[in-house]
Amino acid sequence: MAEGAAQDAFLRIEGVSKSFGSFQAVRDVSLTVGKGEIFSLLGGSGCGKTTLLRMLAGFEEPSAGRIFLDGRDMAGVPPWERPVHMMFQSYAIFPHMTVEENVGYGLKHDKGMSKADRANRVAEMLELVQLTPFAQRKPHQISGGQRQRVALARALARQPKLLLLDEPLAALDKKLREQTQFELMSIQARTGVTFIVVTHDQEEAMTLSDRIAVMDKGEVRQVGSPTEVYEFPNSRFVAGFIGSINTFEATVIARESPHLRLSVPALGTEVLARDVAAVAVGQAVTLAIRPEKLRISRERPEAANALAGTVRDLAYFGKDSLYRLDLAGGGMVQAHAVNARRGDEGARVADWDDAVFVGFDPASALVLVT
Amino acid sequence: MTRATLQRWLDDKGWPAFLIGLPYLWLVVFFLLPFLVVVVMSVATKTTTAPPFSLGGEHPWISLDTYARILTDGLYLRAFLTSLVNAAIATFFCLLIGYPVALGLTRVSHSWRNILLMLVILPFWTSFLLRVYAWMGLMGKTSWFNVMLTDAWNFLVPIDWAVRSIPMMHSNFAVILVMVYTYLPFMILPLYASLERLDPTLDEAAMDLGSRPARVFLDVTLPQSIPGIIAGGMLVFIPAAGELVIPTLVGDAGSPMIGRLISDEFSQAKDWPMAAAIAVALLVLMVGPTMIYSRYQAKAEGST
Repeated sequence: MAEGAAQDAFLRIEGVSKSFGSFQAVRDVSLTVGKGEIFSLLGGSGCGKTTLLRMLAGFEEPSAGRIFLDGRDMAGVPPWERPVHMMFQSYAIFPHMTVEENVGYGLKHDKGMSKADRANRVAEMLELVQLTPFAQRKPHQISGGQRQRVALARALARQPKLLLLDEPLAALDKKLREQTQFELMSIQARTGVTFIVVTHDQEEAMTLSDRIAVMDKGEVRQVGSPTEVYEFPNSRFVAGFIGSINTFEATVIARESPHLRLSVPALGTEVLARDVAAVAVGQAVTLAIRPEKLRISRERPEAANALAGTVRDLAYFGKDSLYRLDLAGGGMVQAHAVNARRGDEGARVADWDDAVFVGFDPASALVLVT
Repeated sequence: MTRATLQRWLDDKGWPAFLIGLPYLWLVVFFLLPFLVVVVMSVATKTTTAPPFSLGGEHPWISLDTYARILTDGLYLRAFLTSLVNAAIATFFCLLIGYPVALGLTRVSHSWRNILLMLVILPFWTSFLLRVYAWMGLMGKTSWFNVMLTDAWNFLVPIDWAVRSIPMMHSNFAVILVMVYTYLPFMILPLYASLERLDPTLDEAAMDLGSRPARVFLDVTLPQSIPGIIAGGMLVFIPAAGELVIPTLVGDAGSPMIGRLISDEFSQAKDWPMAAAIAVALLVLMVGPTMIYSRYQAKAEGST
């Protein structure tokens, strides 16, 4: 990112590390987040995403590096003085207070605010998360989804500069999760607050975020829009973590601009892939193809790349089907086929043990070096 | 009834009823019946026979003389007052000392926690009487403890206020001190149990929303530990109010506590009806707070 853009960044994390004894939870992370962005920290458990979030909230101090929020260095600023609020994974709603008291809790600290203003703000927040009829209920008298919205309203009430959401949807069931995802996005759009979301769920990160930072072992592996990290992963780790993907060992044998010609022993044939500048002829690389980029057919396709194989396994999911094919070269690929028409699932493209072809565009084939 | 139906009845109803009934039977035989005896005794008339009371015959079936004396004789009222005040002060100091200890216990590592909890319970391994005697030794006029405190006092205050020794023994101060020492674990343990259940992320949430640590304590920790405070308070206040041994050994004979009075009426004055009436009055006084506590407990349980 250009120097000028980094200066304008609303949240700037510069070379932040955090160690607990000999364990390094976060290693030299640098990130910039723009104002009003929904930014996700995505990674498996123990990848350091929660530690990074807790450093933003002020519960942990970085062992090295600095954090700037809206131009202010946050070093040594205690949690209660940060214009940063958090929505906890467990929601952490005060069980001895009503919904209304929970939402208004942070406002008590704004000395300049009159009682009437405070009450108005609470009412406005309850309206925003559609909990007005439940204002007088105690937390144990409302559902899990409603508790989640109390936590959101409470964190938003003081108009934080930054809202931290720790696995915001993890405790909800699938139906509610999808609905809440869109609700979160619309609330973010209406309030304009910058959201930092920690999640292990790649689908959640993809739908919610403007940008995603994929983390592994305390390091940021890639930062980009959902499309960038999905379609142009920069490493085998990111490619494998987000969505499913077929990977094969390959060697670059020629540069045929704008393509690379690869020898892929497992596929039993040579393959054309999109050129990547950072690769030299003769280099060992990884070829990666997403299952939905493969097209299955009975006749050899016109596509630049065509592989012959037999159907070993197939699974019908309703909206699509997953095929597993044994290839001539001894490798195996997974291919997704969308069941676009009713009847497709009956007259399936191929059945068990059928000999078929899979075709794909060179543009869909990724060449990964690391 | 055949063997099989008897067997089935036992399995379905008999054994459960037996298991549930047994503790109730215990309570009836060893608490309710003796208590009824005490109540009956309290409305009887004192005699010189053995046992030294009777009712019916030449005496009235129900005589409320004893209760009238409790309400009119200053001795009894003063004793009740002394007991309640001493117990309240002891409870207050137990809470003052016990709360930080219990809170501290929840904040240390698990291995330390077990060691420290052990230390809280450790005094129970020594005879209670022995510990009271130890305090008597410490508070006596010539003990190193008293000499040390006396020297410190004489060093700090003007010469006119100097004393030869600090009169600790045979005072309400001594009674309260030893009661605080004795009942402290009964305050710490229920407080610890209630504080230990609290979710530490609630503290973080309050801090995150702008509360300094002291405010977090007042807003989040304290309100949620009220059941523990009440339980601990009850466990200290009720036995402290009826305490016999401590006031007898270290207390001021001039202002007796209620336990001492009951004991004296029974063994010295041989006035069993009077002793029984005081006991009943004490029980009634204690039932009030207990009822409040159970109501609070029921309310708290309804909300979790």
